[in-house]
Amino acid sequence: MTKRPLSPEAAAIVRMTRAQMSRRRLLQAAGITGVAAAAAACGAGAGGGDSGGSASASASGSSAPSPSAAQDLSDTEKIVNWANWPLYIDVNDETGAYPTLEAFKEATGITVNYTEDINDNNEFFAKVRAQLESGQTIDRDIAVLTDWMAALWIQSGFAAPLDKANIPNSANLEPSYLGVSFDPDRNYTLPWFSGFGAFGWNKAQLQETLGTDTLTSLDQFWDPKLAGRITVLSEMRDTMGIIMASQGADPSNFTDDQFQAAIAELQAQIDSGQIRQVAGNDYVAALETGDVIAVIGWSGDMFQLGEDYGVGLPDTGGMLWTDNMLIPSVATHKKNAEAVMNYYYDPKVAAEVAAYVQYVSPVKGAKEAMEQIDPALVSNQWIFPDEATLGNSYVFMTLTPEQDVAYQREFQKAIGM
Amino acid sequence: MPSLAPTLSSPSAGAPPAASGVRRRTRTAYLLLIPGLLWLGIFFVIPLVSLFFTSLQAPTDKAGVYQPALQVSNYLVALQEYWPQFIRSFVYAGIATVLALVIAYPLAYFIAFRAGKWKALMLVLVVAPFFASFLLRTYAWRTILSDEGAITTFFNALHLLPQGRILNTPIAVVLGLTYNFLPFMILPLFAALDKIDPRLIEASKDLYAKPSTAFRKVIWPLSLPGVVAGTLLTFIPAAGDYINATLLGAPGDRMVGNAIQTNFLQFRDYPTASALSFILMAIILTLVFVYIRRAGTEDLV
Repeated sequence: MTKRPLSPEAAAIVRMTRAQMSRRRLLQAAGITGVAAAAAACGAGAGGGDSGGSASASASGSSAPSPSAAQDLSDTEKIVNWANWPLYIDVNDETGAYPTLEAFKEATGITVNYTEDINDNNEFFAKVRAQLESGQTIDRDIAVLTDWMAALWIQSGFAAPLDKANIPNSANLEPSYLGVSFDPDRNYTLPWFSGFGAFGWNKAQLQETLGTDTLTSLDQFWDPKLAGRITVLSEMRDTMGIIMASQGADPSNFTDDQFQAAIAELQAQIDSGQIRQVAGNDYVAALETGDVIAVIGWSGDMFQLGEDYGVGLPDTGGMLWTDNMLIPSVATHKKNAEAVMNYYYDPKVAAEVAAYVQYVSPVKGAKEAMEQIDPALVSNQWIFPDEATLGNSYVFMTLTPEQDVAYQREFQKAIGM
Repeated sequence: MPSLAPTLSSPSAGAPPAASGVRRRTRTAYLLLIPGLLWLGIFFVIPLVSLFFTSLQAPTDKAGVYQPALQVSNYLVALQEYWPQFIRSFVYAGIATVLALVIAYPLAYFIAFRAGKWKALMLVLVVAPFFASFLLRTYAWRTILSDEGAITTFFNALHLLPQGRILNTPIAVVLGLTYNFLPFMILPLFAALDKIDPRLIEASKDLYAKPSTAFRKVIWPLSLPGVVAGTLLTFIPAAGDYINATLLGAPGDRMVGNAIQTNFLQFRDYPTASALSFILMAIILTLVFVYIRRAGTEDLV
């Protein structure tokens, strides 16, 4: 879920404007529960690892240095500090409360201090890194990080191994989430949600310019008629993954040359002015004002835009990313944090959150539970993708930190940073 | 010019004070300076020194981990890779400063000489935008300059826009910079103009100076301290700004502030980011030094 690294103030503004938007949407979207809203705002992105990951053997969880565990104060302090992305959990739009968190407190007596202070994987890491390295507390017992960043934490020994005895519900994890290269047995992480990097577009405007109301291929996307009216994500893994897939490369297992070929295409489209902006979350605003007709964006975002907007995977393939809960090695309320994880792996709770955030739930049984909450959402491909959707999406190759920096440099250079 | 200003010397300055009094007063002065010096030391000198040493660090074989070294080549590499961003920063900031001066001068002049009882209100209006967040105001420009908006439609009708749009072009970045730093230009200009004794202008007219001559020979020279202060206060933050380029620019319009941010947060390349910061600081200091020398107002800034 890397967004363009805005400063914390900038991120707060984005969050604020987005929050207002989601409420407005809520009113508009009569009949649709859950309102997309939210999660979209956290505007996810970035895949890594997951099932397709290959590449670096060094990224495997087993090679992680054993973290120096902090003292667990769970029994004396009934609290847990949870750092998550903005608008990535169910919210009562009227009171601003978190219904599932309140129910959790009622059931267990544990107070969750829920903060939406992760706006960007790199930014968050930069913020807490010094403390993690010196073994000082970061005052967070759960952090939600995208695959590749979670991998970095595990490799660096910054993640505490989970005590599965405290998380019996972890058995509800969809089997497809096992076997990821950075944590094959999910000893350190449990997925929070997944989502897609996909096309999004304004139906009416697309009809006007291209004569069709569905965008299916990158060739259409690069059509000169759309010059200056499209944006791509500043998240390398989504943008580059989609371009590589369109060139016939496998984004979950590619070579340097294939990456370079995709960079060349991106560079050409930027230099020619075809791509108007390389955007983080704020591409949604540009779609709304009509300045931008089509985007490479995040699936959850499209929901809050409503029926005038389309969303779809490119026929050559979209990107699938996952955000994971993990417990920092310096956490002081580990047992409480595990209780939280256990709670959210209850299919009923998972479905409740999924209905609100409209991202892919990794919890087995959430689909059945959704029948009770909102049957209309059961067939929603973006919450419960079927084989065809999953088959048409890639998980970005797991990169070593060195590869990551090298590729990021190429990407940022192409986008003019 | 100092002769024109009313003498503001303290009453005690006239009488030669006793030697012991001087000493006591000096000691008090130093004591009063301590909080300021501490502040400077903790929040300016120490971070600056630390930043300087970071800028000389060398990479290890682990990504994002650096070791202390004296790698001066970091500076060359940073310059080599990011010289377009540097040039862009100074060009954009330069244009924005000139634009701001052109807009601010008449306004400040009006407030100082013509506003009458509205003076206070107009000053409040100049400062009012500060009550809204800098980011929010910049976001608002995205709506103002939007493709379907009145401004873009108007200029497009005249076929004046090469790219057919304003948003996500260098024009938008420069406009954003001009707008955001305009108050920093207006306020010092106003302060300088307000100090001018109107009788001096009347005198110039009595001596048959045309309005343009009066401006050139009397008003402009007297307002020069305000011009220098205003241009510096506009140019320096504008050159280091990255928000405007991020929100209003296109991929090709990034400034050096963006490069520093990307290196710090995306690449975790702290040495390069630090080196970029120091280069930026050095260039700005040099420019300011030359500028003040040229303007001949070093005693007034």
